[in-house]
Amino acid sequence: MKAAAFEYVRADNLEHALGILDEAGAEAKLIAGGQSLVPMMAMRFARPSLLVDINRLEELKKISQDEQTIRIGACVRQRDIEFDHSLNQTAPLLKKALSWVGHSQTRNRGTIGGSLVYADPSAELPLASLILGASMHLQSDAGGLREVEAANFFLGPMFTAVSETECLLAIDLPIWHGKRIGSAFTEVSMRKGDFAMASAACQLQINDDETLRRISFGVGGVNSVPTIFPQIAQKMIGKHLTPELAQEIALMVAKECDPGSDTHVSSRFRRSLAETLLARVMLEAVEDSMHNGVNK
Amino acid sequence: MNTAFVQITVNGTLYQKEVEPRMTLVDFLRDELGLTGTHVGCEHGVCGACSILLNDEPIRSCCIFAVQADGMAVTTVEGLALGRGQLSKIQDAFCEKHALQCGYCTPGMLIACHDLIKHTPHPNADEVREAISGNICRCTGYQQIVDAVLYATDPNGANHE
Repeated sequence: MKAAAFEYVRADNLEHALGILDEAGAEAKLIAGGQSLVPMMAMRFARPSLLVDINRLEELKKISQDEQTIRIGACVRQRDIEFDHSLNQTAPLLKKALSWVGHSQTRNRGTIGGSLVYADPSAELPLASLILGASMHLQSDAGGLREVEAANFFLGPMFTAVSETECLLAIDLPIWHGKRIGSAFTEVSMRKGDFAMASAACQLQINDDETLRRISFGVGGVNSVPTIFPQIAQKMIGKHLTPELAQEIALMVAKECDPGSDTHVSSRFRRSLAETLLARVMLEAVEDSMHNGVNK
Repeated sequence: MNTAFVQITVNGTLYQKEVEPRMTLVDFLRDELGLTGTHVGCEHGVCGACSILLNDEPIRSCCIFAVQADGMAVTTVEGLALGRGQLSKIQDAFCEKHALQCGYCTPGMLIACHDLIKHTPHPNADEVREAISGNICRCTGYQQIVDAVLYATDPNGANHE
């Protein structure tokens, strides 16, 4: 359980890091919080010959907001998002998702960017980023800057749109405005903090006449990537989100999923979990919208 | 073999060493400095036995390479008490309430509990359970650990400082 030998470079600034990546290509790997990469290296699933440490790049550690958008630097620690008061006002789903991410000791090191780029199918932050309609800012020496929508970012288990020479710089999250916005996140795992067998999350907004104004929801750990269901969500607009409707939609979503089996969970159980958890988070989000919705 | 020069302050003492980049911080503490109080369990961030404070924040020392901690300050279980031969309030309560049997998880548990009471001086049982949720204990069933922290932090207790 010891990592194979590698060369180590601590990047002085972003240009330095990108320059090394451009030269070394697949041989090099960026390390941020390391809470996924270091265990992968210890188990020798990952064997980079060069590790480029971006932990001290201040330009990747900023959180900023304007009227429309939240921007979170890729190297912002999960724990710093959890305790950011203003983020908890504008995007409370993040804190709800983070309470399921590992433990306080891992969240003290783990970064939002690391979690997104690692792209474990059961990870919480990728699901939250999809639901909130995030977009990712990437940069490489040769290709310059580009922006990728969350919907086009997660391509498979541990596989994203980030190329070998690119670095994720920041994540943009559009802010939902108005009253009666609610959100919820839940999951089931063997032990709290372990990888989810299945997770579900929802954010919604309710009109004055109690009908749905806006809704976004999805499941994690069920398909090869976290999945949202915008077409199904669109059909719910204008309806009352009753327990019956939540059940009906959750069943429809579960039928669209293609869960795998492992030593702990059968495919059938995983599908059933997805259905139950999705119905639950929808109703919890409705409840949340009555008490402490975003931007009241 | 490629090596890197690191300067890490551990429990108030500055250490300067040449290390291989692949050496984890916990191996640095144990094998290079002889501070074997911090235990190595799973070596992949699951069990919590290797928890330490890095710049006053609890982390897993098996999930960070020593070279990454260059210039930083580490507190291990050896540094929790005020002086040699003394116990911290939490350590004393662990003895009093039998919060350990084999003791393997204890250094990690103590780090987690110390961080808890730094931020929450009088936690309730749920807060203690959440705080130690990242640390596996195979002996106690956790109840005595919760008891010990509540005993040490009871504002009305005899143990109150």
